[in-house]
Amino acid sequence: MGNSSGARMIEVGTELPEKVFFLDRALLKQYADASGDQNPIHQNEEFALSVGLPNVIAHGMLTMALVGKYVSDFAGGSSNVLEFGARFTKPVVVPAGEKVDLTVSATVSEVVDGKVSLTLSATSAGVKVLGMAKAVLKK
Amino acid sequence: MLNPDSVGRTFAGTDVITISQSEVDAFCAVINETDKTIAPPTFTIRITLTQFEAILTQPEIGLDWARLVHGDQKFEIFSPVKAGDALTCAATIESYRVAAGNEIVSVRSDLHRGSELVISSWATLVVRA
Repeated sequence: MGNSSGARMIEVGTELPEKVFFLDRALLKQYADASGDQNPIHQNEEFALSVGLPNVIAHGMLTMALVGKYVSDFAGGSSNVLEFGARFTKPVVVPAGEKVDLTVSATVSEVVDGKVSLTLSATSAGVKVLGMAKAVLKK
Repeated sequence: MLNPDSVGRTFAGTDVITISQSEVDAFCAVINETDKTIAPPTFTIRITLTQFEAILTQPEIGLDWARLVHGDQKFEIFSPVKAGDALTCAATIESYRVAAGNEIVSVRSDLHRGSELVISSWATLVVRA
């Protein structure tokens, strides 16, 4: 984040630009392979419906990985991310053949001792999917 | 149902897990991360969820993994993970309660590189009634 002239001001209340990620079934398969989480609720519609879900849902940890990318980008790299946590409040539903949004934004909630805390927002189709989402970065 | 005697116990992972560049690359590709010299912040879930499953589904602990939902997740990163790191995982069952028939288990995982603690993470896992 640097302190050179021209660097953006980081203070409590600073709002970060929104970023939209898109999820589809192919990304869910890619994440299943990359993470090792092959739970069929993230790939198999028939199975997802059989356990009472509205459709295939994204891995909560895929949502969190994408929000983590947003955090890393703001932090100037993954090595500056000190803490990252969230509650999975609602699933991201991913119907076949569709791309669904994951819309991420953040506000600086604390700046102290060389650390910056972010309060994060993540929604899909207008529904909040992460709660209590927070990250702490090296300034 | 989870055996209540297991609360507070720490389980050491048996294996040293060496992180490969291809694993980091595959995780980075999902999120379009171009810096592959460092694992993304949530990468180690790849290790810890597998360890939790192995531990919590042991017969004497008895969690039903098939009905499991991830409630929340937190990471504290003391030293970023890179390809080539040889990590050990210790998992602790921190708390357990039953609410409206749902089993709610809090587990902590500590990943070490040799004697150095690199990442602690906490997960709340919910087994639906």
